[in-house]
Amino acid sequence: MSTETTVVQGLPGGELAEFQALHSRAHKETDVRRAAIVASKGTLDMAYPVLILASTAAAMGMEAGVFFTFYGLDIIQKKKFRHLKVAPLANPAAPIPVPNLLGAIPGATFLATRVMKFLMARQKMPPVEELLKTCQELGVRFFACSTTMGVMGVKPADLIEGADIAGAAAFLEFASQAQVTLFI
Amino acid sequence: MTAETVADITLDTRGTLCPLPVIKARLAMDKMKPAQVLQLLASDPGAKADVPGWARVAGHRLLRQEERDEVFIFWVQKGEGKQ
Repeated sequence: MSTETTVVQGLPGGELAEFQALHSRAHKETDVRRAAIVASKGTLDMAYPVLILASTAAAMGMEAGVFFTFYGLDIIQKKKFRHLKVAPLANPAAPIPVPNLLGAIPGATFLATRVMKFLMARQKMPPVEELLKTCQELGVRFFACSTTMGVMGVKPADLIEGADIAGAAAFLEFASQAQVTLFI
Repeated sequence: MTAETVADITLDTRGTLCPLPVIKARLAMDKMKPAQVLQLLASDPGAKADVPGWARVAGHRLLRQEERDEVFIFWVQKGEGKQ
């Protein structure tokens, strides 16, 4: 009946029981899984991998936490997350591949961002705002780097609701129990 | 196994890309009881590997998986005490 047993059907009785015991023990040991992600960039193309991986980890039943530091802090700033941009400068893979010199002219970033947002919307990708909401609904923890806030003059009121202000130690404590650690 | 796998709920995620099929599946599972079966339709090519991975880690059981005309169909049984 069960599809799980089909994998081990070929094993003799004793080995099957042993396999199942091993399997259930292994499953218990990693029952609570955790993903710790550092978001260090504030461009649209860097926000998406962070939010997609964090929300998916949570959807898989993992505990997920993101440490937003330096430019990455823009992703959880109320006045900024709707206006993240794609930089065509020094980015040969930008939606409109342009020579660096042209990427530096006014309007090039605006245009590249417009194109990326259009491509995203065409594939029904949720905007950053919606992914942030999904993350929070699924219980993803947001850590706002206190040093970045100090250096960049970001006030607690500038952050979206539910983001915790934290330093490196608090995030590292969270990450020390993680099986998945990513720096984006 | 029976030829037909009966589902309690059907969720159509066709036309969306990662992470939506898995996110929507999780949200649907939240409203279901353990042992109930979710039938999930997806057109994202990534779903072929994503849905089994999600089910395994989240503690659900993938009962069956099919591919019909570039549409992936999964039957996932909700695990005990899992989300």
